[in-house]
Amino acid sequence: MDSIPILKIGSALLVTIQVDMHDQLATRLQDDLTEKIVQHRTRGVLIDISALEIVDSFIGRMLANIANVSRLLDADTVVVGMRPEVAITLVELGLGLPGVKTALNAERGLALIGGVSAAGQAADDADDD
Amino acid sequence: MQTTTDTLPITSGDDVVRVRQKVRARATEIGLSLVDQTKLITAASELARNTLDYGKGGHADIETVLGERRGVRVVFRDRGPGIPDIQQALTDGFTSGNGLGHGLGGARRLVDDFDIQSTVGAGTTVTIARWKR
Repeated sequence: MDSIPILKIGSALLVTIQVDMHDQLATRLQDDLTEKIVQHRTRGVLIDISALEIVDSFIGRMLANIANVSRLLDADTVVVGMRPEVAITLVELGLGLPGVKTALNAERGLALIGGVSAAGQAADDADDD
Repeated sequence: MQTTTDTLPITSGDDVVRVRQKVRARATEIGLSLVDQTKLITAASELARNTLDYGKGGHADIETVLGERRGVRVVFRDRGPGIPDIQQALTDGFTSGNGLGHGLGGARRLVDDFDIQSTVGAGTTVTIARWKR
Protein backbone atom coordinates (compact mmCIF):
# COMPACT_ATOMS: atom_id res chain seq x y z
CA MET A 1 0.00 0.00 0.00
CA ASP A 2 1.18 3.55 -0.71
CA SER A 3 2.30 5.73 2.14
CA ILE A 4 3.47 9.30 2.55
CA PRO A 5 7.08 9.64 3.78
CA ILE A 6 7.60 11.21 7.20
CA LEU A 7 11.04 12.82 7.65
CA LYS A 8 12.68 13.60 10.99
CA ILE A 9 14.39 17.00 11.08
CA GLY A 10 15.95 17.79 14.42
CA SER A 11 13.21 17.24 16.94
CA ALA A 12 10.46 17.86 14.40
CA LEU A 13 8.71 15.68 11.84
CA LEU A 14 8.18 16.85 8.27
CA VAL A 15 5.46 15.54 6.01
CA THR A 16 5.20 16.70 2.42
CA ILE A 17 1.87 15.90 0.82
CA GLN A 18 2.37 15.71 -2.92
CA VAL A 19 -0.28 13.38 -4.20
CA ASP A 20 -4.00 13.51 -4.63
CA MET A 21 -5.02 12.00 -1.30
CA HIS A 22 -7.53 9.22 -1.17
CA ASP A 23 -9.16 7.83 1.95
CA GLN A 24 -6.77 4.98 2.75
CA LEU A 25 -3.70 7.17 2.24
CA ALA A 26 -5.08 9.84 4.58
CA THR A 27 -5.94 7.32 7.28
CA ARG A 28 -2.52 5.67 6.93
CA LEU A 29 -0.79 9.04 7.28
CA GLN A 30 -2.67 9.81 10.50
CA ASP A 31 -1.72 6.42 11.94
CA ASP A 32 1.95 6.59 10.86
CA LEU A 33 2.33 10.12 12.14
CA THR A 34 0.84 9.33 15.53
CA GLU A 35 3.22 6.38 15.89
CA LYS A 36 6.27 8.47 14.93
CA ILE A 37 5.34 11.32 17.29
CA VAL A 38 5.47 8.90 20.21
CA GLN A 39 8.49 6.98 18.91
CA HIS A 40 10.65 10.09 18.44
CA ARG A 41 9.13 12.09 21.31
CA THR A 42 8.42 14.78 18.75
CA ARG A 43 7.40 18.25 19.87
CA GLY A 44 6.50 19.57 16.43
CA VAL A 45 4.99 18.37 13.17
CA LEU A 46 5.31 20.29 9.93
CA ILE A 47 2.89 19.47 7.12
CA ASP A 48 3.84 20.93 3.76
CA ILE A 49 0.82 21.25 1.45
CA SER A 50 2.42 23.54 -1.15
CA ALA A 51 1.92 20.86 -3.82
CA LEU A 52 -1.81 20.51 -3.15
CA GLU A 53 -3.98 22.18 -5.81
CA ILE A 54 -7.11 21.83 -3.72
CA VAL A 55 -8.02 21.18 -0.09
CA ASP A 56 -11.60 19.95 0.29
CA SER A 57 -13.40 19.22 3.54
CA PHE A 58 -12.03 15.67 3.52
CA ILE A 59 -8.40 16.84 3.49
CA GLY A 60 -9.28 19.73 5.81
CA ARG A 61 -10.74 17.29 8.31
CA MET A 62 -7.61 15.15 8.06
CA LEU A 63 -5.38 18.15 8.81
CA ALA A 64 -7.57 19.13 11.77
CA ASN A 65 -7.52 15.53 13.09
CA ILE A 66 -3.74 15.33 12.85
CA ALA A 67 -3.41 18.67 14.66
CA ASN A 68 -5.77 17.52 17.43
CA VAL A 69 -4.13 14.14 17.96
CA SER A 70 -0.66 15.75 17.93
CA ARG A 71 -1.76 18.28 20.52
CA LEU A 72 -2.97 15.50 22.81
CA LEU A 73 0.46 13.90 22.40
CA ASP A 74 2.11 17.22 23.30
CA ALA A 75 3.29 18.07 19.78
CA ASP A 76 2.49 21.23 17.81
CA THR A 77 1.33 20.94 14.20
CA VAL A 78 1.96 23.63 11.63
CA VAL A 79 0.54 23.46 8.11
CA VAL A 80 2.83 25.29 5.70
CA GLY A 81 2.79 26.38 2.07
CA MET A 82 -0.93 26.71 1.46
CA ARG A 83 -1.53 28.23 -1.97
CA PRO A 84 -3.45 31.55 -2.01
CA GLU A 85 -6.29 30.17 -4.18
CA VAL A 86 -6.64 27.24 -1.79
CA ALA A 87 -6.92 29.63 1.17
CA ILE A 88 -9.61 31.68 -0.62
CA THR A 89 -11.57 28.53 -1.46
CA LEU A 90 -11.32 27.07 2.05
CA VAL A 91 -12.73 30.21 3.62
CA GLU A 92 -15.63 30.28 1.16
CA LEU A 93 -16.23 26.61 1.83
CA GLY A 94 -16.59 27.50 5.51
CA LEU A 95 -13.45 25.69 6.64
CA GLY A 96 -11.21 28.11 8.48
CA LEU A 97 -9.31 25.17 10.01
CA PRO A 98 -9.66 26.31 13.61
CA GLY A 99 -7.02 24.79 15.85
CA VAL A 100 -4.58 24.33 12.99
CA LYS A 101 -1.52 26.56 13.02
CA THR A 102 -0.26 27.74 9.65
CA ALA A 103 2.86 29.38 8.28
CA LEU A 104 3.69 30.72 4.83
CA ASN A 105 6.64 28.39 4.30
CA ALA A 106 8.61 25.57 5.93
CA GLU A 107 11.25 27.90 7.38
CA ARG A 108 8.69 30.01 9.22
CA GLY A 109 6.84 26.86 10.22
CA LEU A 110 9.94 25.39 11.83
CA ALA A 111 10.58 28.65 13.67
CA LEU A 112 7.00 28.52 14.97
CA ILE A 113 7.36 25.07 16.50
CA GLY A 114 10.94 25.76 17.60
CA GLY A 115 11.94 22.43 16.09
CA VAL A 116 15.35 22.93 14.53
CA SER A 117 15.60 26.66 15.04
CA ALA A 118 18.07 26.21 17.91
CA ALA A 119 20.22 23.82 15.88
CA GLY A 120 20.02 26.12 12.86
CA GLN A 121 21.05 29.07 15.00
CA ALA A 122 24.06 27.15 16.34
CA ALA A 123 25.16 26.30 12.81
CA ASP A 124 24.83 29.93 11.76
CA ASP A 125 26.94 31.02 14.72
CA ALA A 126 29.59 28.45 13.81
CA ASP A 127 29.70 29.81 10.26
CA ASP A 128 30.36 33.30 11.57
CA ASP A 129 33.48 32.18 13.41
CA MET B 1 -11.58 21.96 -27.18
CA GLN B 2 -13.51 18.97 -25.84
CA THR B 3 -17.22 19.35 -26.51
CA THR B 4 -18.32 15.84 -25.66
CA THR B 5 -19.65 14.96 -22.22
CA ASP B 6 -17.45 12.74 -20.08
CA THR B 7 -19.35 10.34 -17.86
CA LEU B 8 -17.33 9.00 -14.95
CA PRO B 9 -18.45 6.42 -12.41
CA ILE B 10 -18.20 7.30 -8.71
CA THR B 11 -17.91 4.06 -6.78
CA SER B 12 -14.64 4.49 -4.86
CA GLY B 13 -12.33 7.11 -3.37
CA ASP B 14 -10.11 6.79 -6.43
CA ASP B 15 -13.08 7.77 -8.61
CA VAL B 16 -13.41 11.01 -6.63
CA VAL B 17 -9.78 11.78 -7.52
CA ARG B 18 -10.48 11.00 -11.20
CA VAL B 19 -13.50 13.34 -11.25
CA ARG B 20 -11.31 16.13 -9.82
CA GLN B 21 -8.65 15.53 -12.48
CA LYS B 22 -11.17 15.56 -15.32
CA VAL B 23 -12.87 18.73 -14.05
CA ARG B 24 -9.46 20.38 -13.71
CA ALA B 25 -8.55 19.46 -17.31
CA ARG B 26 -11.79 21.00 -18.62
CA ALA B 27 -11.47 24.12 -16.46
CA THR B 28 -7.88 24.69 -17.56
CA GLU B 29 -8.74 24.12 -21.21
CA ILE B 30 -11.51 26.71 -21.26
CA GLY B 31 -9.32 29.21 -19.44
CA LEU B 32 -10.98 29.65 -16.04
CA SER B 33 -8.82 31.72 -13.70
CA LEU B 34 -6.79 29.86 -11.10
CA VAL B 35 -9.15 30.85 -8.28
CA ASP B 36 -12.23 29.88 -10.33
CA GLN B 37 -10.65 26.55 -11.25
CA THR B 38 -9.80 25.84 -7.63
CA LYS B 39 -13.33 26.67 -6.46
CA LEU B 40 -14.96 24.50 -9.13
CA ILE B 41 -12.65 21.53 -8.52
CA THR B 42 -13.16 21.80 -4.75
CA ALA B 43 -16.95 21.91 -5.17
CA ALA B 44 -16.78 18.91 -7.52
CA SER B 45 -14.69 17.05 -4.97
CA GLU B 46 -17.23 17.70 -2.19
CA LEU B 47 -20.16 16.60 -4.36
CA ALA B 48 -18.41 13.52 -5.72
CA ARG B 49 -17.73 12.46 -2.15
CA ASN B 50 -21.38 13.05 -1.24
CA THR B 51 -22.40 10.87 -4.20
CA LEU B 52 -20.10 8.15 -2.87
CA ASP B 53 -20.84 8.42 0.86
CA TYR B 54 -24.53 9.36 0.96
CA GLY B 55 -25.76 8.39 -2.51
CA LYS B 56 -24.12 4.95 -2.28
CA GLY B 57 -22.31 5.67 -5.54
CA GLY B 58 -23.37 7.11 -8.87
CA HIS B 59 -21.72 9.00 -11.68
CA ALA B 60 -20.65 12.45 -12.85
CA ASP B 61 -21.27 14.04 -16.26
CA ILE B 62 -18.64 16.66 -17.05
CA GLU B 63 -19.15 19.04 -19.96
CA THR B 64 -17.64 22.15 -21.44
CA VAL B 65 -20.24 24.81 -22.26
CA LEU B 66 -19.47 26.96 -25.31
CA GLY B 67 -22.18 29.52 -25.83
CA GLU B 68 -22.64 33.14 -24.87
CA ARG B 69 -21.25 32.03 -21.56
CA ARG B 70 -18.28 29.68 -21.55
CA GLY B 71 -17.67 27.43 -18.63
CA VAL B 72 -17.72 23.97 -17.16
CA ARG B 73 -20.83 22.15 -15.95
CA VAL B 74 -20.85 19.00 -13.84
CA VAL B 75 -23.88 16.87 -13.00
CA PHE B 76 -23.74 14.35 -10.15
CA ARG B 77 -26.36 11.61 -10.14
CA ASP B 78 -27.04 8.86 -7.67
CA ARG B 79 -29.83 6.42 -6.98
CA GLY B 80 -29.35 6.55 -3.25
CA PRO B 81 -31.82 7.21 -0.43
CA GLY B 82 -32.44 10.85 -1.44
CA ILE B 83 -32.53 13.90 0.81
CA PRO B 84 -35.77 14.44 2.81
CA ASP B 85 -35.11 18.11 3.64
CA ILE B 86 -32.91 19.88 1.09
CA GLN B 87 -32.96 23.24 2.87
CA GLN B 88 -31.68 21.60 6.01
CA ALA B 89 -29.02 19.70 4.05
CA LEU B 90 -27.80 22.99 2.56
CA THR B 91 -27.35 24.51 6.01
CA ASP B 92 -23.77 24.70 7.23
CA GLY B 93 -23.15 22.34 10.08
CA PHE B 94 -25.81 19.87 9.04
CA THR B 95 -24.61 16.35 8.38
CA SER B 96 -26.19 12.94 8.37
CA GLY B 97 -22.82 11.23 8.02
CA ASN B 98 -19.46 11.66 9.70
CA GLY B 99 -18.53 14.84 7.88
CA LEU B 100 -18.34 18.31 9.30
CA GLY B 101 -21.42 19.29 7.36
CA HIS B 102 -19.76 21.79 5.06
CA GLY B 103 -20.14 19.77 1.89
CA LEU B 104 -23.42 20.79 0.27
CA GLY B 105 -23.77 24.38 1.48
CA GLY B 106 -20.05 24.99 0.99
CA ALA B 107 -20.10 23.59 -2.54
CA ARG B 108 -23.01 25.89 -3.43
CA ARG B 109 -20.98 28.96 -2.42
CA LEU B 110 -18.06 27.90 -4.63
CA VAL B 111 -19.96 27.84 -7.93
CA ASP B 112 -22.04 30.25 -10.06
CA ASP B 113 -24.93 27.87 -10.75
CA PHE B 114 -26.21 25.29 -8.30
CA ASP B 115 -29.27 23.10 -8.61
CA ILE B 116 -30.33 20.12 -6.55
CA GLN B 117 -33.18 17.69 -7.22
CA SER B 118 -33.83 14.89 -4.81
CA THR B 119 -36.54 12.29 -4.37
CA VAL B 120 -36.63 10.18 -1.24
CA GLY B 121 -36.03 6.56 -2.19
CA ALA B 122 -35.10 7.43 -5.79
CA GLY B 123 -31.89 9.46 -5.64
CA THR B 124 -30.30 12.87 -5.93
CA THR B 125 -29.06 14.97 -8.86
CA VAL B 126 -26.83 17.99 -8.25
CA THR B 127 -25.84 20.30 -11.12
CA ILE B 128 -23.07 22.90 -10.78
CA ALA B 129 -21.44 25.31 -13.23
CA ARG B 130 -18.71 27.89 -13.07
CA TRP B 131 -18.52 30.50 -15.87
CA LYS B 132 -15.55 32.26 -17.36
CA ARG B 133 -15.41 35.91 -16.36
